[in-house]
Amino acid sequence: MQVPAPFEYERATSVDHALELLARLGPEARLLAGGHSLLPMMKLRLATPEYLIDLDGLAGELGYIRAETTTSGSPPSEVRIGAMTRHRELLESELLAGTLAIFGDAERMIADPVVRNRGTIGGGLCQADPAEDLSAVCAAVDARLVIRGCDNERTVDMGEFYRGPYATAVGAGEMLVEIRVPLRPASGSAYEKVDRRVGDWAVAAAAASVSLSHGTIGSAGIALTAVGADVRSTEAEELLAGQLPSDELFARAGQLAAEACSPATDQRGSAEYKRHVVGVLTLRALQRATARALREAQSCR
Amino acid sequence: MQVTVSVNGEEYTRYVEPRLLLVHFLRDELELTGTHWGCDTSNCGTCVVLMDGEPVKSCTVLAATAAGHEIRTVEGLALDGVLDPVQQGFTEEHGLQCGFCTPGMMLTARALLDRNPDPTDQEIREAISGQICRCTGYGTIVRSIRWAAEHATDEIVS
Repeated sequence: MQVPAPFEYERATSVDHALELLARLGPEARLLAGGHSLLPMMKLRLATPEYLIDLDGLAGELGYIRAETTTSGSPPSEVRIGAMTRHRELLESELLAGTLAIFGDAERMIADPVVRNRGTIGGGLCQADPAEDLSAVCAAVDARLVIRGCDNERTVDMGEFYRGPYATAVGAGEMLVEIRVPLRPASGSAYEKVDRRVGDWAVAAAAASVSLSHGTIGSAGIALTAVGADVRSTEAEELLAGQLPSDELFARAGQLAAEACSPATDQRGSAEYKRHVVGVLTLRALQRATARALREAQSCR
Repeated sequence: MQVTVSVNGEEYTRYVEPRLLLVHFLRDELELTGTHWGCDTSNCGTCVVLMDGEPVKSCTVLAATAAGHEIRTVEGLALDGVLDPVQQGFTEEHGLQCGFCTPGMMLTARALLDRNPDPTDQEIREAISGQICRCTGYGTIVRSIRWAAEHATDEIVS
């Protein structure tokens, strides 16, 4: 029987209450979101917090996906996602399907429908598992993450947020509360993943976003999952900026992304195989993101 | 700690360790052993119960978290001695061999049909994709759920 080590349990009733509890209980307290990363870690005794602060009651306060408009009359400038939004809500969101299809691409392949009923975006990002999908998604679409403490709030990008496997910028006494994704005109995004069986962690995956400007690529975002890559594949991104989209260009970007990452040989495949997969998936993600950007550019006219 | 969990419409209060998982609360504290305990790693899905009507893997939910939610287990499927159409479907279409995955499969089926009364076979397969039948009786499980969808009018609404 796998059972977590003993801990004291507190139930947060609001974000403020959770932050108060964090401040009071100190560094041996951990936040419990959907529980589908932390509880398995606790069963394996890889995590042995003295206190668990259950955020289940915050599913209302921090469970939302909404478009934000900065100036009235103009189209929405960003999508805001509460940290306790569950995978299933991300998958079923019409707003995300229409503006940031990459989330649906990724969610369809995260674990299984039952796990998606509990797991949350904030929990997944804070777990920072190198094979976790939404970190690459958020990096590719320039997401900004809102971290709150008792008397401070700061916003960081994924480059600052992700500090390596299982480590994030969320400090003692702080919690991730919101993910903000900018909406750009004539843009599209996509996620491509290879796994060994349905619902498994990625062998490798690629996230891409493309913004078009007069038919050329204004800017592109590329991020990889599970292959020891930097938070973003900057060489590949730089190659794309200002270029006319083409399959040949995308293949070269895929090659650059593959060269820059450092996959490890393990039970999911050899490093050589994973590197090959990264090249192909980056190409496909760019093709699909661009096709979506073109459709959006046409519908805006 | 003291927890009060609503299971199949009845409230149960018990003193438990905070680390007690919902699956063991149901089986050991309430002696509702219809919920099966399998892989412990949220992979196999035999421990699925409904939490506010949606399937969850009860090996990866604390009993303390379940407090304040409505839990429904396989013992709560039949109402007043009348089988749920899903249970009837599993009987009619031979939806089980060893029966180990059956409670979880039936609860996921119930939740699916509550949201989508006439699912395609693909939608049924997707819905149960987080659950493993090691007798590999998936074909008959899909047919059982199909049967339940086609006989939904027999359902007793709780």
